[in-house]
Amino acid sequence: MTSPPTEAAIARPSFVPLRERLATFRPGLLLSVAVLVVAALACVAPGLLAPASPTDADPVAALLPPGGEHWFGTDQLGRDVYARVVHGARHSLLLGVGATALGVLVGLLIGLPSALLGRFADQVAMRSMDVMLALPELLLALLVIAVVGPSSVNAALAIAVSSVPGYARLVRGQAQVVRRAEYIRSAIGLGLRRRTVVLRHVVPNTLGPLVVPATLGVGTAIIAGSALSFLGLGPKAPTPEWGAMLAQGRDALQSAWWIAVFPGAAITLSVVAVTVVGRQLHIGLEGRPGR
Amino acid sequence: MNRRLPPAARWLLHRAVGAVLVLWGAASLAFLVLHLVPGDPVTTLLGASATDSAALRQEILREYRLDDPLAVQYAAFLGRLATGDLGSSYQQQQPVSLIIGEQLGDTAQLSLSALVLLVAGALVTAAATAGRRRRVRGAVSGAELVAVSTPAFWLGIVLLTVFSFRLNLFPVAGAGDWRSLVLPVVTLAVPFGSLLAQVLREGMEAALHQPFALTARSRGLSGTALRLRHALRHAAVPAVTLSGWLAGGLLGGTVMVETVFARPGLGRVALDAISNRDIPVVVGLVLLSAAVYLVVNAFADLLCLWADPRLRSPA
Repeated sequence: MTSPPTEAAIARPSFVPLRERLATFRPGLLLSVAVLVVAALACVAPGLLAPASPTDADPVAALLPPGGEHWFGTDQLGRDVYARVVHGARHSLLLGVGATALGVLVGLLIGLPSALLGRFADQVAMRSMDVMLALPELLLALLVIAVVGPSSVNAALAIAVSSVPGYARLVRGQAQVVRRAEYIRSAIGLGLRRRTVVLRHVVPNTLGPLVVPATLGVGTAIIAGSALSFLGLGPKAPTPEWGAMLAQGRDALQSAWWIAVFPGAAITLSVVAVTVVGRQLHIGLEGRPGR
Repeated sequence: MNRRLPPAARWLLHRAVGAVLVLWGAASLAFLVLHLVPGDPVTTLLGASATDSAALRQEILREYRLDDPLAVQYAAFLGRLATGDLGSSYQQQQPVSLIIGEQLGDTAQLSLSALVLLVAGALVTAAATAGRRRRVRGAVSGAELVAVSTPAFWLGIVLLTVFSFRLNLFPVAGAGDWRSLVLPVVTLAVPFGSLLAQVLREGMEAALHQPFALTARSRGLSGTALRLRHALRHAAVPAVTLSGWLAGGLLGGTVMVETVFARPGLGRVALDAISNRDIPVVVGLVLLSAAVYLVVNAFADLLCLWADPRLRSPA
């Protein structure tokens, strides 16, 4: 933690020593926010960043190395890899965000009753979560894909299911704390209906502490989603999804490293950015860990 | 009834009951999930055989008792499992235990080698960098952040590009001598090892800030000895509680790594079985991973008790 404010600090001198300025300047955070802004732009309006088409094949220009015309080179069909990476942001990132949102929602639907409805509901819910936790997340996701079939939306569903046990446990723990809080008793004492208390007081106060794990979870979900696509269980062929592009690049590695390397770098960069922002949120909301 | 049992026996009993429940749940989950799958297992069973007649289909239905109601099939399935019989693969007409047993060696070799590498790497980085100067810590934790955020399959592809295709140091695919194991093991170890290193270092830094650290130093203990003898032990508990998750992560990771490096192993078996609806094989794999998770978690709990005597007194 920082030292308690001294008089000088309170008086806010116009001259701040360079050392202190450097201490508060976080280039990593700034850079991460910039990456996320660009990524968001790529999701909303990919055409602005990459005018070339991500799906138009041009056999004459196949397997060109990165250069002035094609920044990231071209793939086996002569498609522009840069355009595909930019247009792929929408599929890969929305998959991560959507899966996390769904996972948190289902976690809430399981964790809340578990904490509020008494011992039997709690036992049933938590033992089921134990079973799911005992399986590797990827195996769980594969089982879901086996039932619903491979597609973009189903990949998000599968990732969401595999993340549910973690979120359900977090929600349950938090709701158990919240339900005993003074303001909940006051609300009940004031004669509010049970449903109103849960919806207006328990749910918001349970969701608050989930912000940080969910933000970090988006990063995990992006990786998991691209892993499913890499295995061929995500969006269908011409769709420029980063994991699928990696799989396609795997086959041409000997002659054209760029097809696989750039989409993978895009995954890593977005996950790093999401994680840095998530950690900053953590520090802002709960203080530095381990101090 | 277990009031009279000694605590250790009670712990063991509690564990065993919990483990059986989880295994039963996992098996039921896999069984039910795969019966929900649209499609027809008979087609899988027919496989490549060209003769597809109604009579043959009837015969298969009867032989595998697939025409029984689901509840009857489920009861028979549990009964077989209880006797340790995992059944036969629909696709390969071989006992599941044989199929898994054949591939287990390759996957175990890969994941255990990765485990050794990642634990050793995490211990060394954490012990060397905990509480060091800002710049050193910053650089190392930045590198760890990138490593944690890197998808293992992409790391594998990059390693293949550099070390196999450019430098020709390691074979591109397959399993054989130790040289074919190096890149897959590194690929699997780096993301998990970096995460472990982060957790260990946070624990060590918390320990180094505690009063006992100052006391030990004032007794004349060297900084290195303090790190290795005391701080590491303190940091062990939060790290060890990750083991169950780590086991699952490594098993899941082998699916990806085996695909990237075209290695034989359980990951390939799992992908194959799930896409072909080979229910007995999937159930076998699900049970195997759940069992690994349970055993690892039990060991992790014992390890925590050893590392932190404060946990031993009943709460």
